[in-house]
Amino acid sequence: MSLLEKLDAAASARIAQLPSGLGAFGIPIEEIYSPTEARIGTKRILLLGTNNYLGLSFSPECRKAAHEAIDQEGTGTTGSRMANGNYSGHRALEMEFADFYQCRSCIVFTTGYQANLGTISGLIGPGDVALIDGDSHASIYDGCVLSGADIIRFRHNDVIDLEKRLRRLGERSKNTLIIVEGIYSMLGDQAPLADIVRLKKAYNSTLLLDEAHSLGVLGETGQGLAEKYGLIGEVDFITGTFSKSLCGIGGYCVSNHPQLDQLRYVSHPYIFTASPSPATIAATRAALKLLKNGRELRERLWENARQLYSHLQALGYQVSPEPGPIVATILDSPQQALALWKGLLENGIYVNLILPPAAPEGKSLVRCSVNAAHTTKQIEYVCEVFSRLYSSIIQ
Amino acid sequence: MVDINQEDILRLLAQRLASFANPELEITPDTNLITQLAIDSIKLLNLIMELEDHFDISIPLNALTDVVTVRDLANLVYKLKLDSK
Ligand SMILES: Cc1ncc(COP(=O)(O)O)c(C=O)c1O
Repeated sequence: MSLLEKLDAAASARIAQLPSGLGAFGIPIEEIYSPTEARIGTKRILLLGTNNYLGLSFSPECRKAAHEAIDQEGTGTTGSRMANGNYSGHRALEMEFADFYQCRSCIVFTTGYQANLGTISGLIGPGDVALIDGDSHASIYDGCVLSGADIIRFRHNDVIDLEKRLRRLGERSKNTLIIVEGIYSMLGDQAPLADIVRLKKAYNSTLLLDEAHSLGVLGETGQGLAEKYGLIGEVDFITGTFSKSLCGIGGYCVSNHPQLDQLRYVSHPYIFTASPSPATIAATRAALKLLKNGRELRERLWENARQLYSHLQALGYQVSPEPGPIVATILDSPQQALALWKGLLENGIYVNLILPPAAPEGKSLVRCSVNAAHTTKQIEYVCEVFSRLYSSIIQ
Repeated sequence: MVDINQEDILRLLAQRLASFANPELEITPDTNLITQLAIDSIKLLNLIMELEDHFDISIPLNALTDVVTVRDLANLVYKLKLDSK
């Protein structure tokens, strides 16, 4: 098969799964009105499938900061942090993140994807081991592949399985980076962090926690899962993204290890890419302030999450293992998932459709995510539509 | 401990892989995992975890880049098992 034929084959496999009339490259959003509403085609749609957990995408403070940065510093940096792209805003944001986590240092990356690529491939190399949760995000897999280290998976959120694999590694456990996520993006479940920390200490391994979906969502001040368990000081490296609760684009790694800064010299995903634009950095700095002081937003988010979760569960849907902003319904077949997803869209609700092999263990998911800007009325409407669709699709 | 040989590993693999495959397909050591068995990446990764547990070895995913046939996988498991002793 030629290179281009291979692409055609992959595309037709994907298109075969999609309902007719839907683009293979994702739903086109024509206009975006607010953190919860947009226009798709000619229809006003309720957004229930974003990562905008605190609903900050239209925050006046963040918009103002971005506008000012564009006026003062221009639209782009046109260069790497290691060359001409190292502005005072980038350094200030790093200090603010380090201060937020009470950690020694922070590195800002251009995306969250690159934060994982750059941190993982800088920390481990050929001969070392990456011991990763089986449901890890692609950026974690790709970072491990880039590193050249031996990649070993353990069963999702299963600490007994993790320990078995650590034990098997023998002496190599000392050169092992264990990688887990605060909240897993598909089912919205949380890592059993206290047990994982216990194991990483017992086996002298190093632990990296990706708080992409838990930043702003978990913990008293929104630091994430590590804060929820009071374990910030026990996790070696925390990575995360600006693209979800902070409504920007970019990523970070924080750590108490003084060696973190050395990554700047060796990490290609940090060096060989342009630094985030001034507007991105300014908006993210403003968003981080709102996030830190965002207890009310978090309460609102969790109220919405609990309301949707308990309602869908009561209706008889098979839902995520635990309540949280990501509420996934697990369907018996891709056809059923597709029908539910289509039914929701016809009723003006956008959610994420996840079909095998993208979903864990060959499941088909209709994945909702709520945010702090959703009103009780909006959530009630969603519950009502799910209720109507249950009798026509599930039963 | 009972010594393992490549034949035993091949037999076990054929058994496990049969559950993924079209029942009409005869699985031989030369069966191509991807083109003939059409095993998707998640199933393959889960099979690797089962093999790790069965043989009490670590099978790094990066070692799979050279694995094309059932025999390649058996050889890899055999080599890792010998190395682990
Ligand atoms: C767990 C996890 N890590 C990292 C990323 C990458 O983040 P970004 O969108 O900033 O590249 C994502 C987002 O898709 C994610 O879900």
